[in-house]
Amino acid sequence: MELSTLTYMVVGATFALYIGIAIWARAGTTGEFYVAGKGIHPVANGMATAADWMSAASFISMAGLIAFMGYDASVYLMGWTGGYVLLAMLLAPYLRKFGKFTVPEFIGDRYYSQAARIVAVICLIVASITYVIGQMKGIGVAFSRFLETSYEVGLFSGMTIVFIYAVLGGMKGITYTQIAQYVVLIFAYTVPAIFISLQITGNPIPQLGLGGSVEGGTHLLATLDTVLVDLGFNEYTDMKGTSLNVALLTLSLMIGTAGLPHVIVRFFTVPKVADARKSAGWALVFIAILYTTAPAVGAMSFFNLINTVQPGPIAEADGALKYEDRPEWFKSWEKTGLLKHDDKNGDERIQYRASKEENELTVDRDIMVMANPEIAKLPNWVIALVVAGGLAAALSTAAGLLMAISSAVSHDLVKGVFNPGISEKSELLTARISMAGAIAVAGWFGLHPPGFAAQVVALAFGLAASSIFPALMMGIFYKRMNNAGAIAGMLTGLTATLVYIFWFKGWFFIPGTEMAANTADNWFMGIQPESFGAVGALINFVVAMVVSKVTAPPPEHIQHLVEDIRVPKGAGAATGH
Amino acid sequence: MQPTGSAAEYWKANLRLLTICLIVWFVVSYGFGIILVEPLNAIMIGGYPLGFWFAQQGSIYTFVALIFFYAWKMGKLDRQFGVHED
Repeated sequence: MELSTLTYMVVGATFALYIGIAIWARAGTTGEFYVAGKGIHPVANGMATAADWMSAASFISMAGLIAFMGYDASVYLMGWTGGYVLLAMLLAPYLRKFGKFTVPEFIGDRYYSQAARIVAVICLIVASITYVIGQMKGIGVAFSRFLETSYEVGLFSGMTIVFIYAVLGGMKGITYTQIAQYVVLIFAYTVPAIFISLQITGNPIPQLGLGGSVEGGTHLLATLDTVLVDLGFNEYTDMKGTSLNVALLTLSLMIGTAGLPHVIVRFFTVPKVADARKSAGWALVFIAILYTTAPAVGAMSFFNLINTVQPGPIAEADGALKYEDRPEWFKSWEKTGLLKHDDKNGDERIQYRASKEENELTVDRDIMVMANPEIAKLPNWVIALVVAGGLAAALSTAAGLLMAISSAVSHDLVKGVFNPGISEKSELLTARISMAGAIAVAGWFGLHPPGFAAQVVALAFGLAASSIFPALMMGIFYKRMNNAGAIAGMLTGLTATLVYIFWFKGWFFIPGTEMAANTADNWFMGIQPESFGAVGALINFVVAMVVSKVTAPPPEHIQHLVEDIRVPKGAGAATGH
Repeated sequence: MQPTGSAAEYWKANLRLLTICLIVWFVVSYGFGIILVEPLNAIMIGGYPLGFWFAQQGSIYTFVALIFFYAWKMGKLDRQFGVHED
């Protein structure tokens, strides 16, 4: 069957499934809309969290990132998983015990301050909107490349699907859809990985295959090391950055992960405090299946790519592939412009080298996962499945983020600040309207992506790490922390991080407004802007401690609140409004 | 089990457990995966240099085990101090 027909069928079937779930899981109360009625089983919530967390970037881009960065990409693997340890031990169970609906709500109550709640809402909205733009773009690109529609049609189809299940079902509809999306995406990711691992190393388990041997008996990783050095690159398994930046970036990603509101709020949906702890473990199990497969996919697809363009010895002129002999998949990706050959020395061969003058091959990192099934000569249905998996990853993350944005607007702003007397029914309607509004805003940004879309990772994680995580953690672990300390800490941590990122990347990412070139010589103590979230968090902690020491302690009922959230008993009773 | 101790003791026991878990968390990722990665890479586990294995595989497996260990130990502490949910 034609690839596009097959892709239409597979993607259409998954979309029909999501809509069916949406109709079945409609939300009738605000409790169901915001936190799925707090009735989700911890394993099911773990699966939904994994789909919520793993975005288009995890599914499509991460393996490519690992392929071209080698060891240095470990920061993403450790950073985006280690955060769950912090979440399970430092935040999730206590916030579940607190028993309300949103992250800003905890900050507002714990620091007895509307100002603190509003600061938290702003951080949440900025971090989530920037994050959701990337998902919208991913949906549009996947549609336009594989379903031969225009980018706009793809974007609108994705928005319609999210609209149906998010507006109807709120958190309840999103949770059950995310479970289905997890199954689709993990199947789509592991099937090609198993095939490629079998082909290259003879081992069906990619995690073992990466430590296995290739044809001729040498180890895969050792072979990559040697070949890359011969081509003029660094060794695959070697650290290229400085230890300080690698460690700080890992830490920023970890505390950023733990501080992202759309992830935290998932742990509000389980019935008990003990479930919140376990559920974080299950979430990480389901995430780890993809995150431990990705390094194998990265290394193996990179190995395939190099072997394709360099079939003979590197030292000899005829070792490189003749351009006219290039395989079919090479031609089809050339058409998209994501794979380019520029015959600099005019020998009609493809030289892939480290030095800019000699290198003739440019590869967009994102094609490593998408081209994988074609490179490994897998049947068309596998390619169709990968497209459906990429869409599932993008849709599930977009829905989770939109949920966080809309509940911050309807629950924290409308009910919390402007109209506290709002009835349950009107609040539910407000929640649905703000969800529709959030989808429209995200769609608008998807159609007019700002230039800074690629920089969002640094920004979203920087914000979460430097403002939200420390405020939450001190709210639980430091009874003496008061409103003045928390607000001062959030604002200084946030400002320091934003200024540091904008200083090197331009104010609001507007090109030409950067204050200094983004190079290692200019960085403060050699810290790259992406790694600065951890420093911002440290500033937040220090400022908050100092300010709270010289101002009045929090009132007695707040100290009781802290004592209460520290013990699981009575979690059911704490629920409600 | 009969409830023993106070909320303050429960919290202390929790902090002790937390500290142990976070030390392990730090050692496998920042210790083995980053700071000591080069010396550990001299040791091979199959085709994996050990430091590289910790950075891209081992630390993640350890994180999963740590969370379940913590959840299990906390469940025991909850019952021991009588603060568990019904």
